Amino acid sequence: MILRELSEAVGVSGDEGSVRVVVLDAVREHVDEVKVDTMGNVLAFKRGTARLSASTEPGEVSSKSGRQRMRVMLAAHMDEVGLMVVGYDNDGFLRVRAIGSIDPRLLPGTLLQVGPERIPAVIGAKPIHLLENGEREKVPKLEDLLVDIGAKSKDEARKLAPLGTYATFATQFRELGPTVSGKAFDDRAGCAVLVELLRGERFRFDLHAAFTVQEEFGLRGARVAAYGIEPDCGFALEGTIADDIPKDKDVSPTTELGQGPAITVMDYSFIADRRLVQLLTSTAEELGIPYQIKQPGIGGTDAGTIHLAREGVPSVTVAVPCRYIHSPVALLSLEDFNNTVRLMRESLSRLTRRTLNRGRRN
Amino acid sequence: MRELIRELVETYGPSGVEEQIRAVIRAEVEPFADELRVDPLGSLVVRKQGSPSASSGQTGEGKRLVLAAHMDEIGIMVTYVDEKGFARFTRIGGVSPLTCVSARVAFADGTVGVIGIEEKREDTSKAPKFEQLYLDVGATSRDDCPVHVGDAAVFVRPFAVQGARLIAKAMDDRIGCAVLIETLRRLERTPHDVYFVFSVQEETTLSGARTSAYGIEPDMAIAVDVTVTGDKPECRPMAVELGKGPAVKVQDSGMIAHPRVRDLLVQRAKEADIPYQLEVLERGTTDAAAMQLVRAGVPSGCLSIPCRYVHSPSEMVDEGDVENGVRLLLEVLRAA
Repeated sequence: MILRELSEAVGVSGDEGSVRVVVLDAVREHVDEVKVDTMGNVLAFKRGTARLSASTEPGEVSSKSGRQRMRVMLAAHMDEVGLMVVGYDNDGFLRVRAIGSIDPRLLPGTLLQVGPERIPAVIGAKPIHLLENGEREKVPKLEDLLVDIGAKSKDEARKLAPLGTYATFATQFRELGPTVSGKAFDDRAGCAVLVELLRGERFRFDLHAAFTVQEEFGLRGARVAAYGIEPDCGFALEGTIADDIPKDKDVSPTTELGQGPAITVMDYSFIADRRLVQLLTSTAEELGIPYQIKQPGIGGTDAGTIHLAREGVPSVTVAVPCRYIHSPVALLSLEDFNNTVRLMRESLSRLTRRTLNRGRRN
Repeated sequence: MRELIRELVETYGPSGVEEQIRAVIRAEVEPFADELRVDPLGSLVVRKQGSPSASSGQTGEGKRLVLAAHMDEIGIMVTYVDEKGFARFTRIGGVSPLTCVSARVAFADGTVGVIGIEEKREDTSKAPKFEQLYLDVGATSRDDCPVHVGDAAVFVRPFAVQGARLIAKAMDDRIGCAVLIETLRRLERTPHDVYFVFSVQEETTLSGARTSAYGIEPDMAIAVDVTVTGDKPECRPMAVELGKGPAVKVQDSGMIAHPRVRDLLVQRAKEADIPYQLEVLERGTTDAAAMQLVRAGVPSGCLSIPCRYVHSPSEMVDEGDVENGVRLLLEVLRAA
């Protein structure tokens, strides 16, 4: 399962090299061209099957040149949230800061892998026996946490993990029956969906896949990728928040495990193109693929910068629901994963220039 | 202009769902356009070609100018429908929970909802949070609820005229759209190629004007939008008042207006004896902030229509300020 390799690869924002290797190996023989751009995005191109001739159906021709196939961008980000070494304690402990949003409540006692050599480490925590009154109720701040790599001195610590060294969770991928668990499902789940789509049949349009960098650090990779690709429309593929743990009130679970791919209508970063949302929901309904609309207003994805590229790119986000994202371990349903691949494949095979011409009478 | 304004403010068009308002504006501008198109994100771009020079007969002496007003409005979006058919919602753009309580909203298909507030709140003297509000569309269960997660609604209030003041929801920024439409209608000759941009998604991410401006590649851009005023009881100090003329923006929290654009507006206002005020807005910004950073940079400024109660369902502007806004834009376009 490609998701296992992707999940276990290490690639905190700005240091996506190991994930890039996995991605390149996974897609190389299924695409026509693949390159790495200046930011580090992997851009893979898979030519469409629509014939290029003056008589090509208008539905398959890009409005820009009149003789081009439609260009569709599919993006998934390779980077994951993690930590960076920013200092040392005199006794050889590391001080860290977060890259991307991480909940400090989840950190004490977790296992890490530090640097390219994947040095095992533990985030230190005071034993429960020694906690003083009131300490149990307090959440430690990230800057107060100590990362223990077994170094005995400041110098040794600095040697093992120089300033700026990345660290991430040391979590193995596990199959739990209908679900799987592992780290970095945000967004290796999306990367895995994109790999599956590239491995399948060609579409009529030209497919431009972007495995992007630095999403968790400001949607930065997708921005330049979309500028370079100049797509007619864009899809961000994601692993998103499933918040279906029991609640006191009858309120939104954001998304739920097992209820199918989650389609974004609006989040803090963008508003999805309604015609693309409609394409996805009508395809799902026609084929009986379960789907859910993600609770609007929550989170942000690469679509937030893709839609702003050049003259604007109609965009949407489709995600595999994942419990406990941005934590040391996330969990997703394989059925949701497979349904996301299927919904994307079926929707994309129904996507034509006409989809994007609706409401755009010129 | 009143009927035009009424039509614009009463039309549905939250950010991301601008089809209805776009159709209304399109019908108004089509007879005056030399070219008209809807760009990839949905902004309506209307081009008015520059006239040949009266002396030399040559075209192309003018510049490529953008005048932008956003056609989207703030609103709410359904985030959940509970077992009893009540909906929870989030805001589209800058909506305050205070203006939501007991408000009425309408969806694209005309479905009307009332916003209720949870009675069991820890501290009822405090402003509620969105999580404590819900939408009642008259449903009795999840199954018979006519609205679904992702559906967008806008606030409902009829347009009203009270003396010199005009009151409505969505004055932000349909009044800017009205100013642009009226300017286009009255525009007889201009040396410039003028692009009237009715942009989308301003209230959320300033997306429409940014991408439209990229496509147009203008020499200069002016956003026409509302600004808040400092003329209300016990309000935050601000040197803009209703009825004292349109405001030429100097700065807001998103940008500093290009000095040449600012000075051009001021100079033309003085020359034509049009009342104007200068504006420094401490909170908030407009499409101009986004257009300024497009490509290699676009000299951008903003002409603001002073407005009380911005982002409430009862936004108030002065009719004279609106008229003077149109006059000032015509003066800007009149000559190179």
